[in-house]
Amino acid sequence: MIIDLPRFVSAERAYWDELHAALAKMEAEPERRLPLEEIQRLHYLYERCSSDLSRLDTFATEPGLRAFLESLVSRSYSVIHETRAPVRIRWKNVVLAFPRAFRRHLGAFRLAVAVTLLGCAFGWFALHVDSRNKATLLPFSHLLIPPSERVAQEESAKEDRMKGVKASFAAELMTHNTQVTVMAMAFGVTFGVGTLILLFYNGVILGAVATDYIAGGQGVFLAGWLLPHGSIEIPAILLGGQAGFVLAGALIGWGDRTPRAGRLRAVAPDLVAIVSGAAVMLIWAGIVESFVSQYHQPVIPYGLKIAFGLCELAALTFFLGWVGRE
Amino acid sequence: MSNGRESLLTIETPEGVEFSYDLATPVTRSLAWIVDAAAIAVISKGVSQVCQWLGVLNQDWANAVSVILYFLISVGYGITLEWRWHGQTIGKRVMGLRVVDSQGLRLQLSQVILRNLLRFIDMLPLLYLVGGIASFCSRNCQRLGDLAAGTIVARVRHPQAPDLEQVAPAKYNSLLAYPHLAARLRGLASPDAVSIAVRAVSRRDGYEPLARIELFQELAEYFQSLAQFPEAAREGLTGEQYVRSVLRVVYGGRRG
Repeated sequence: MIIDLPRFVSAERAYWDELHAALAKMEAEPERRLPLEEIQRLHYLYERCSSDLSRLDTFATEPGLRAFLESLVSRSYSVIHETRAPVRIRWKNVVLAFPRAFRRHLGAFRLAVAVTLLGCAFGWFALHVDSRNKATLLPFSHLLIPPSERVAQEESAKEDRMKGVKASFAAELMTHNTQVTVMAMAFGVTFGVGTLILLFYNGVILGAVATDYIAGGQGVFLAGWLLPHGSIEIPAILLGGQAGFVLAGALIGWGDRTPRAGRLRAVAPDLVAIVSGAAVMLIWAGIVESFVSQYHQPVIPYGLKIAFGLCELAALTFFLGWVGRE
Repeated sequence: MSNGRESLLTIETPEGVEFSYDLATPVTRSLAWIVDAAAIAVISKGVSQVCQWLGVLNQDWANAVSVILYFLISVGYGITLEWRWHGQTIGKRVMGLRVVDSQGLRLQLSQVILRNLLRFIDMLPLLYLVGGIASFCSRNCQRLGDLAAGTIVARVRHPQAPDLEQVAPAKYNSLLAYPHLAARLRGLASPDAVSIAVRAVSRRDGYEPLARIELFQELAEYFQSLAQFPEAAREGLTGEQYVRSVLRVVYGGRRG
């Protein structure tokens, strides 16, 4: 096609400028709802600009003009062909998105629980076979002393060993556990292998600790120590694992003929909802671990701590299982 | 949708029109990351200093606030800026880069969050080695976070409408006396060659006189090979004058 470029530019420039102004306005106010006339006009301008761009395709012209039109077309395309709803942050929706996303991917959560339980079983087995494995499995100094000795130390403590460090300890726990949860999700990009290893390893530590304390006759202490924060912290990490398996599932795409990019695009909001929910849970867990879990009988009776932990677990189960059901 | 492992990602719209993004190279992205890392370090240092002053009131709480803020800054920096600045951080602004949706659609908040959370993997084992390798291996220079979130990092273009009068003023043009040959020239001249000619004309004062004569002579010979105008049309024209006349023809000028 042969065109008279100066005449072409002068004839079309007004439309390009109008489209540019409309797009700038939409980009500045993404939440604004356009009236029908504006939508129709935008669509007309987009089609006109697209047509101008295709007219230039067969013509050896100055590349700057093509880049200018490409920029207008690409910006309009992202507005006109986007089918996902624009982000409107409403707290009710944000809160409900978490349990809904959790329930949509229950299979992945079950897998995360199964892998963790498998790790627990391995931890139990390793300690059951040879108690010397404890030093290998539990790389934390406070867990290496015999449980009965630790319980005696904790129950007879005259001074508050957490005095002056409670808040900073809680902050360390929150950030560390959030990192672990995000890692559990992010490792899904390794087709789930990384998530699997991380959850299994967590399970091994949990299983080994539980075996050590129960075998040492300190089951009540263990429940009183772990339940107040663990009833939130452990599910949060499992949720990270769930998100990781969802990501891996979208990458692998068994039995799904949707292209990979489409599958990933579809699960992205759910991944973010699950991980964000888990991060909020870990803030609570960090506070409880630092301010409650570290205090034992006689400061806080074990029965009260266990009851507190069970209440949290019940509340979490209710929230994830029933809140926001449609 | 894309041109192999090239520097362009081309998207075809349902209307049959194509547009493209210039993909950022891993090297440019690394430079942007260095700027961002420096920005995070400066912000964190400032926050840490404020927390130290607050430590006079309560050291424990000051430490807690410092730990939490450092974490929030390092994770939230990319998320907040890329969302508020339409895919850009300070580093990306400096390097002229932007995160965009790999299908040309509007960038979503979930995509921004996901690509930033997956930095935890891309950063492993140190200095973004995993992300760097993924980026080198990926057709569209995507690190793992980009692959999962469906995003790419593109170079920002600053397109401007062309200034035709500067490169090819509307004066008498002997080539336009032969409209059939002018049409042939328009059809055969490649965009690259025209682009080179435009740049040569724009920068002509910066060239050494001899080099300028040689350059315009070569360009003139190239354009002459595309369409053989009669001797009468070329008579008395230097290489540079011929190239300017060609540009006016290519840009659709009328007989002056």
